[in-house]
Amino acid sequence: MKHLLGTETLSRDEAILILDTAEQMAATQEREIRKLPTLRGKTVVNLFFEDSTRTRMSFEAAAKRLSADVINFAAKGSSVSKGESLKDTALTLQAMGADAVVIRHWASGAAYQLARGEWLHGCVLNAGDGTHQHPTQALLDAYTARRHLVDSPTGNGLDGLRIAIVGDILHSRVARSNVYLLTTLGAKVTLVAPPTLVPVGIGPWPVDIFHSLDAAIEAQEIDAVMMLRVQRERMTGGGAAFFPSPEEYTRLFGLDGARLARLPQHAIVMHPGPMNRGLEISAEAADSARSVIVEQVANGVAVRMAALYLLLAGEERP
Amino acid sequence: MSTAFVVKGASLYGDAVGDIAVVDGVIVDAAPAGATVIDADGLIALPGLVDLHTHLREPGREDAETIETGSRAAARGGWTAVHAMANTNPVADTAGVVEQVWSRGQEVGLVDVFPVGAVTVGIKGEHLSEMGAMAHSRARVRLFSDDGHCVSDPVIMRRALEYVKAFDGAVIQHAQDPRLTEGAQMHEGEVSAELGLAGWPAVAEESIVARDVLLAEHVGSRVHVQHLSTAGSVEIVRWAKARGIAVTAEVTPHHLLLTHEEARTYDPVFKVNPPLRTQEDVDALRAALADGTIDIVATDHAPHADEDKDCEWASASFGMLGLETAIGIVQQVMVDTGLLSWRDVARVMSETPARIGRVEHAHGRPLAVGEPANLTLIDPQAVYTVDRSHVASRSHNTPYAGRELPGRAVATFLRGAPTFLDPRFEGAFA
Repeated sequence: MKHLLGTETLSRDEAILILDTAEQMAATQEREIRKLPTLRGKTVVNLFFEDSTRTRMSFEAAAKRLSADVINFAAKGSSVSKGESLKDTALTLQAMGADAVVIRHWASGAAYQLARGEWLHGCVLNAGDGTHQHPTQALLDAYTARRHLVDSPTGNGLDGLRIAIVGDILHSRVARSNVYLLTTLGAKVTLVAPPTLVPVGIGPWPVDIFHSLDAAIEAQEIDAVMMLRVQRERMTGGGAAFFPSPEEYTRLFGLDGARLARLPQHAIVMHPGPMNRGLEISAEAADSARSVIVEQVANGVAVRMAALYLLLAGEERP
Repeated sequence: MSTAFVVKGASLYGDAVGDIAVVDGVIVDAAPAGATVIDADGLIALPGLVDLHTHLREPGREDAETIETGSRAAARGGWTAVHAMANTNPVADTAGVVEQVWSRGQEVGLVDVFPVGAVTVGIKGEHLSEMGAMAHSRARVRLFSDDGHCVSDPVIMRRALEYVKAFDGAVIQHAQDPRLTEGAQMHEGEVSAELGLAGWPAVAEESIVARDVLLAEHVGSRVHVQHLSTAGSVEIVRWAKARGIAVTAEVTPHHLLLTHEEARTYDPVFKVNPPLRTQEDVDALRAALADGTIDIVATDHAPHADEDKDCEWASASFGMLGLETAIGIVQQVMVDTGLLSWRDVARVMSETPARIGRVEHAHGRPLAVGEPANLTLIDPQAVYTVDRSHVASRSHNTPYAGRELPGRAVATFLRGAPTFLDPRFEGAFA
């Protein structure tokens, strides 16, 4: 693997290798001295065109625990106010000698454009591009699900599990990454969303679709439910809002204690964060014993350590 | 420069082989002794091509294209006339601007540049521009468009359709419902769903085309659909024509060849408005051009400076080059497939566009004695690979770089004057 851009081209073996490596990384984090010398002398740049403190911190922690030098580059520039161009930023990083660039960008495809190699030669790790892909989030979700739902996780996929993703599928890079990765790992994916938040052209996706959470819970035995964050701007688009009111959304798609109780006993609750408590998820569901939301954050560091390690250190083992 | 020459042995309209003798810019019966001879064996002679949809960017974005560089690109592509869109800076919404564009075109002298006037002031869609003044100016404007934007307000569209009847004009519409396409980046379908790029649904074009043909029928005007891109729009135009509505439509070479699958590269060179559609749309467009539902091919040649394409997809400008490659693409997708003859190509790329643009007194004329010698020679065997660094346009945003095309123009004449000559003919006019 030269880059980690998306999950659609990731093979099952590659995905399992990343998850297994993440397990080894997590094990090292139980030790008294958590820092590994593996990436000493390597430079990792966190290039963030979009604010995301938690994702940046997670990548920063991952790189530092592998002893890489970390440079944080918060680039200004939105689709409205053009700042420095992606190209010039990339040329700058190339000149600085970045071995890996972790890029978060508001534009779909930005990580792919960097990885074409015309502007810089280092490996590119997509930390979320627009509404397209967010592969490390999907990997940490798969990692978390595997730990809880698969008897002997190491070396295995998610075969036979049913995972429901609930919320704004249309604008979600987390959903896109998960649909491909979870399917590759053998899970079956159910999407639950109002029809306005399901993309036109979803036909080829390997998923079942429901338009109410109750209907999905009734029809299927769900092993893990992943609640997506509802962006405020999706509700306030004036005449073009995607659903009539937050209350109606919560009524039809929110995960509360009652719906949680109707899931199988072993089912877990996930959320990529940050949560809108009271909107897509109630406090009762978010804080329940079945919620693995906080653990997802910890697993995120291990998965990102694994990704950086596999991209930068090649085939050797830690 | 020689004032007398003879094109020897060309296949006229792709049919019978014959000679075309030219003296002082006019086709004559026979050339005088000593006239320059152009060996056109194996070449196809067509009337000079007429583009109804060109962006020359001057005034305002001379870094992307000028009337001179755009004219040179046109001549290289076999065109002898282009219609320059109004979305310049300042906008071509007054007699002053259209006269400036027209006279600069004459000064350059490589093609006749016919300015298209804006329908509304500043292309803002609010107030009708002084279309009468533009029509009566030296530029003799007959076509009006807010291209780049749709005349979306139905009342303004109705008024414009009515108003241009006074001088035999036509509104040529960029059909795009603005509300249905806010932030749109590419065709809305399976590829946009996967790529996470905001969708530009086919219905945003089709709903405007349907509305416009009904308005044209109601007020008895003619309307022209620019860069028609969907199978649904084809059906609507077919229905309207059957009903006797005065509608004409154009298709671009890129919509005849490329599909939305190209967006998977995230290379903004494939970002264009209307967007590249599905293979089913491409097939419907080819069939509609073949059966006459779509009247003409027009390029929508849209040069953009490198920095407007060398960026994120969502930040990039819409548009692609088209003048130099159009004939090769039409040959590939229409002629070599048997859908059109070269005779038909003359109709859809020269005669009919000249008629829609009301310049048929000067362009799209028959290859016959007494007619102005506006003509182009096509080499249908000249297989070549498109190289983005070897284009006459000032910009480089061709979506065909690296692609092999089957043929190209090798000589173009505007009123008898060579405006482009392949190296093989260099010397003939020395």
